[in-house]
Amino acid sequence: MSAADIKRREKLIQRIFLVIAFSSLFSLFLIALFIFVEGLPMIWKVGLKDFLLSTRWAPTKGHFGIFAMIVSSFWVTIGALLFGGPLGLMCSIFLVEFASSKVRAIIKPALELLAGIPSVVYGFLGVVYLVPLVRDYLGGPGLSLLTSCIILGIMILPTVISISVDSLVAVPDSYREAAFSLGATRWQTTHMVTVHAAKSGIITALVLGMGRAVGETMAVIMIAGNALKIPLSPLDPIRTLTSNIALEMGYASGLHRQALFATGIVLFFFVMALNLIATAFARRKRFK
Amino acid sequence: MTPRRAEHIAIGLMVSGAFLALAILFFIIAVIMVKGLPHITARFLLDNPMDMGRAGGIFSTIVSTIYLLVVSLVIAIPLGVGTAIYLTEYTEEGKITKIVRFGTECLAGVPSIILGLFGFILFVIKLGFGWSVLSGGISLAIMILPVIIRTSEEAIKSVPQAFRDVNEVLGGSKWQGVTRLVLPNAAPGILTGVILSVGRGIGETAVVIFTLGTSLRTPFSIFDSGRSMAVHFYILAREGISMSNAYATAAVLVFSILIINIFSYYLMHRFVEGRR
Repeated sequence: MSAADIKRREKLIQRIFLVIAFSSLFSLFLIALFIFVEGLPMIWKVGLKDFLLSTRWAPTKGHFGIFAMIVSSFWVTIGALLFGGPLGLMCSIFLVEFASSKVRAIIKPALELLAGIPSVVYGFLGVVYLVPLVRDYLGGPGLSLLTSCIILGIMILPTVISISVDSLVAVPDSYREAAFSLGATRWQTTHMVTVHAAKSGIITALVLGMGRAVGETMAVIMIAGNALKIPLSPLDPIRTLTSNIALEMGYASGLHRQALFATGIVLFFFVMALNLIATAFARRKRFK
Repeated sequence: MTPRRAEHIAIGLMVSGAFLALAILFFIIAVIMVKGLPHITARFLLDNPMDMGRAGGIFSTIVSTIYLLVVSLVIAIPLGVGTAIYLTEYTEEGKITKIVRFGTECLAGVPSIILGLFGFILFVIKLGFGWSVLSGGISLAIMILPVIIRTSEEAIKSVPQAFRDVNEVLGGSKWQGVTRLVLPNAAPGILTGVILSVGRGIGETAVVIFTLGTSLRTPFSIFDSGRSMAVHFYILAREGISMSNAYATAAVLVFSILIINIFSYYLMHRFVEGRR
């Protein structure tokens, strides 16, 4: 092979890799395209206002309002953050600032295992153990907003912990040393200096955790009760955007199926907005 | 409150937080193992489900799961590793890498139910693959693609620059450098990512139920439908078909995921140690 041949071949190989590199972007584009093409005509037909702001969902009678589900998804995401956020932050701060490296080497991978447990298993254990507890001690049907928030809070722990640990570790030791030399205790250093310096990373972690919570489906179907109304108390059963899709996809057809894809569009917007917020915060501060 | 007192309270809170999270993990694993393991016998693993899963074992669901994972890996590994090679070896940091990285991040954030919807409409309906190993495999491949890209990129980046320099000095082409030096040296790291994504794929339900379907028959052709272990567990538990079989299936699922995660952690540890 002559030098020119090799050069030509190298050029070709580079092109092939360039094409491959766009596979994830191309998949993302296809996903958006097909969800929108399937769902938009239905929103057009029903009207954006009747679709987004009506609480009446009765596909057989031609009513496709998803407002109750938007509200439910919103509350369940906030609730998951309330349970998973503080707990995840406590774990991360403990791991980075207070635990010895030996303890960290054991606990961190163990907590990462939580991410490996399938969501159906979370849902199932929620039904068997948490739902009766809530029903017997707090009232209501047990299958509720509160139960979903607790289970989702646990499910977002690995996301919250792994990203906030990374951002805490990235804070240079010189920051801590400066605080210590001014006479600050370890905790004062942590909450006044380290957490402050890692703020953008921690916010990224929380926002990505919210993204996981709003998109979670199978666990929520099993524990949320799936009732079609706006929850007025944490003990009310709810139906989220995701569970609406998964529950009815099996038998839906025609306009009804399109309405489920339209529900997917709304979910897609939620998740992409959260991702954009997360990347914006992730970019804000880097220690070099 | 004195600073010392605050310090004690804070440490107490942090420790109890970490302890609570660990306790939840152990509770989950313990419950599944204690209730599931006694029902697992050789016959449970090697018999096909009978009477919708009320009796019999889970053999066909194990075959479906493995078949599905193999198809998705065959698609996702070349694309994922190829993307990583492009990002690290064939281009400079710039606009293109930024766009590709952003696309990968966004893809990682797409909820699995949306992927399920997409796989259903494109592969099952529009392309006419039906509920099949092929439809499920492609959809799952898209789901694990970001994981494979990210871990492969890390692995390839950790190959010392000196290897590439020596290759260039000796007159090797870039392609020779990639195939003979970079990839073999990054292989353990790439494998870690692959194993991690197998772990994610095993437990996935929302994507799989709408693309692979729920047929209990053992799939032979790539166009056959099947039922993965996770979907089988979901149906057993949700429809209350058989609690003992549900627990046993969950135990097989969780056990294999534990093994896979521990193995990949061990592999990554050795890989990182080897680089130092």
